[in-house]
Amino acid sequence: MLEVNDISLTFNEGTPDEKQALQDINLKLSKGDFVTVIGSNGAGKSTLMNIISGALLPDVGDVQINQKKVTMMPEYKRSQYIGRVFQDPMAGTSPTMTIEENLALAYSRDKKRSLRPGVNKKRRDFFKSALNSLHLGLEDRLSAKVGLLSGGERQALSLLMATFTNPDILLLDEHTAALDPSRAELITNLTREIVEETQLTTLMITHNMQQALDLGNRLIMMDKGQIILDIAGEEKLTLTIEKLLHEFQRIRGEQLGDDRAILG
Amino acid sequence: MFISIFGAIEAGVIYAIMALGVYLSFRVLDFPDLTVDGSFVTGAAVAAIAITHDVSTVLATMLALITGFIAGSVTGLLNTKGKINPLLSGILMMTALYSINLRIMGQSNIPLLNQSTVFTRLSDIWSGLGIDTTLNQGLSAIGASSLPRTWSILIVMLVVTLVIKFITDYYLKTEVGLALRAAGDNEKMIRSFSANTDHLKIMGLGLSNGLVALSGALYAQYVGFADLNMGVGMIVVGLASVIIGESIIGTKSIMRTTFAVILGAILYRIVIALALRSTFLDANDTKLITSVLVILALVIPKLISTHKESKRKRRKRIALQQRAKGEV
Ligand SMILES: Nc1ncnc2c1ncn2[C@@H]1O[C@H](COP(=O)(O)OP(=O)(O)OP(=O)(O)O)[C@@H](O)[C@H]1O
Ligand SMILES: [Mg+2]
Repeated sequence: MLEVNDISLTFNEGTPDEKQALQDINLKLSKGDFVTVIGSNGAGKSTLMNIISGALLPDVGDVQINQKKVTMMPEYKRSQYIGRVFQDPMAGTSPTMTIEENLALAYSRDKKRSLRPGVNKKRRDFFKSALNSLHLGLEDRLSAKVGLLSGGERQALSLLMATFTNPDILLLDEHTAALDPSRAELITNLTREIVEETQLTTLMITHNMQQALDLGNRLIMMDKGQIILDIAGEEKLTLTIEKLLHEFQRIRGEQLGDDRAILG
Repeated sequence: MFISIFGAIEAGVIYAIMALGVYLSFRVLDFPDLTVDGSFVTGAAVAAIAITHDVSTVLATMLALITGFIAGSVTGLLNTKGKINPLLSGILMMTALYSINLRIMGQSNIPLLNQSTVFTRLSDIWSGLGIDTTLNQGLSAIGASSLPRTWSILIVMLVVTLVIKFITDYYLKTEVGLALRAAGDNEKMIRSFSANTDHLKIMGLGLSNGLVALSGALYAQYVGFADLNMGVGMIVVGLASVIIGESIIGTKSIMRTTFAVILGAILYRIVIALALRSTFLDANDTKLITSVLVILALVIPKLISTHKESKRKRRKRIALQQRAKGEV
C-alpha cells in the first residue's frame, strides 16, 4: 500500500545550520495497517510524514503508493490518495465556510471539481449521516460557520473530512496534542472507531506512549532521523511503557527519561 | 441636486462591477491586488480603441473583459509561480499596465463623444419603449423640477450588475468556487484536499480583473472618453465600496455580501457627489474624501461596538450594586 524506500533528507546542507532530519528510512505498510509512531522531539517524525504527503521532497529515495511512484508528484495531486489531520485544530478546516461547505471541499478530493453546486440535497443527506457518526450533534448545524466550533469539534470534523472519502492512506500528526485531555480522548476514540470501520491504512504520530500502545497493530519508534524500533502483531499487544523505555535504552545506550515530552 | 444624485447612482452601478472584482481578490482570495488601478484603464482603453476602430460595442466591451482577465492572471502568475509577494505582484503589474495602456491607446486620452457606444445603442432602442416618459411623469407628479435625460443606463446597468452578482454568488458555491474560497482562507488545508492553489489564485485574480476591466470599459463609454489616468486610486474606491457596504449590510452570507458591495459602490458615489456640492471641496479633493471615507468606515463600526460593550458592562455592574444594596 505505502512504501518508503531509502529516504534521506538534510535541511540547510552546507551551512552551519545543517541538520540531517532523516537517514535511510525504509518503511512498508500493508493495506489496513494502523501504525503508531513515537519518538523524541526532532526525531524526524513530522518530516517523514511531510515527505509521504509531498509537502517536502526527499534528497534521495522514493515513495510509492499502491505500487505507484509518487516521489516527485506535487502535494496537491498526491493528496487525492492521502487524508491528513494536522496538530493544529485550525489547520484542517476553512473557518469562514460552513460545515457542509467544508465537507463538500473534502468530498471533491478524488474527483474533478466542476461548476456544479458543491452542496446539493443528496450530498447534504450524505454529510448528515457522516456527521452522525461523530456523536457531536454537528449534523444539526450544517450551515454554521466552522470558525464558531470549538477546537475539539473542529478536530473531529477534520478527522471526518480526512477519512470519509476513503483515501488510500491516512496521516495523523499529533492530531490530539493541542486538545484538553477529555477532548483528546474523544478524538482518540473517534480515530479508533473510524479506522476500525473503514480499515484505512494509517500512520499516526503521537507523544502519548499509552495512546501509541492502545491504538493500532504496529508501533515504530524514531530517533535522530532513523527508525530504531518496529513492533507488530502479538508482540505489540503485550508491549508496555516500561518495555518500550527499556528497549530504547538497550538500543541507544542512553536514558529516554530526560525527554519527558515522550511520556505525554 | 436630484440630477447629480441620479448621475451618482448611474456611475455607482457601473463602479459596482469593479467593486465586485475587488471583493473577489481582496475578500475571497485575501489578496490585496493593486492591479486594479491598471486593469480598470486597460478595460477602458481596449473598449475605446475597439470602438473607434468600428468593432461592435458589445464585442469591444467583451474584449475589455478578456484583456482584464489576462492582466489579472499575470499578477497571479507573478505571485504563485514567481513567488513574488501579493502586494508587490500587484504593484509591478499596475506599473507595467500604465505603459501597456498607453501603447494600446496610442495617446493619453481617447474621446468617444461622437462614437456609438453600448449606451447610445441602448438609448436608441430604449427611446421607442416609452419608459422614460412614464417614469418622468411619475417624477414630475411628485414634484421633481429637473428630470433625468434617460433611465436606460440606470435600469439596464442595474440589471447587468445584478446578473453579475448572481453569477458570482452561484460560482462561489460551486465545487470550484468553494475551493477558490478555501484557497483564500486556508491554503494548506485545501491543498491537502487535492486542489491546485496556484491555478485557483491565477483564475481568481483573472476573474477579478476581468470584472474590473469590464467596469472600466463601461465607464469609459458612460463618460464618453478613455483616459490614461482614470484608474488612479481605483483600488481604494473598490475597497471603499466593499468596506462601506459590509459595515452597513453585513457579511452573513455570500449573497448578502455581494449585495452589500454593490450598495457600497452606489453609496460611495452619492457621498462623493454630495461632498463635491459643498463650497470648500472640489473635484481634486475626491481622493482625499475617498480615503477619509474608508478610514471612517473602518473605524466607526469598531468604536460603536466598543461603546456598546462598555455600556453593557456598566449596566451589569450597576445591576449588581443595586442587588447588593437590596440585600442589605
Ligand atoms: N524546514 C526545516 N528547516 C530546517 N530544519 C528543519 C525543518 N523542519 C524540520 N527541521 C529539523 O529537522 C528535525 C526533525 O524535525 P521534525 O519536525 O520531523 O521532528 P519531529 O519528530 O516531528 O519532532 P516533534 O515531536 O517535536 O514534532 C528537527 O531537528 C528540526 O529542527
Ligand atoms: Mg512533529
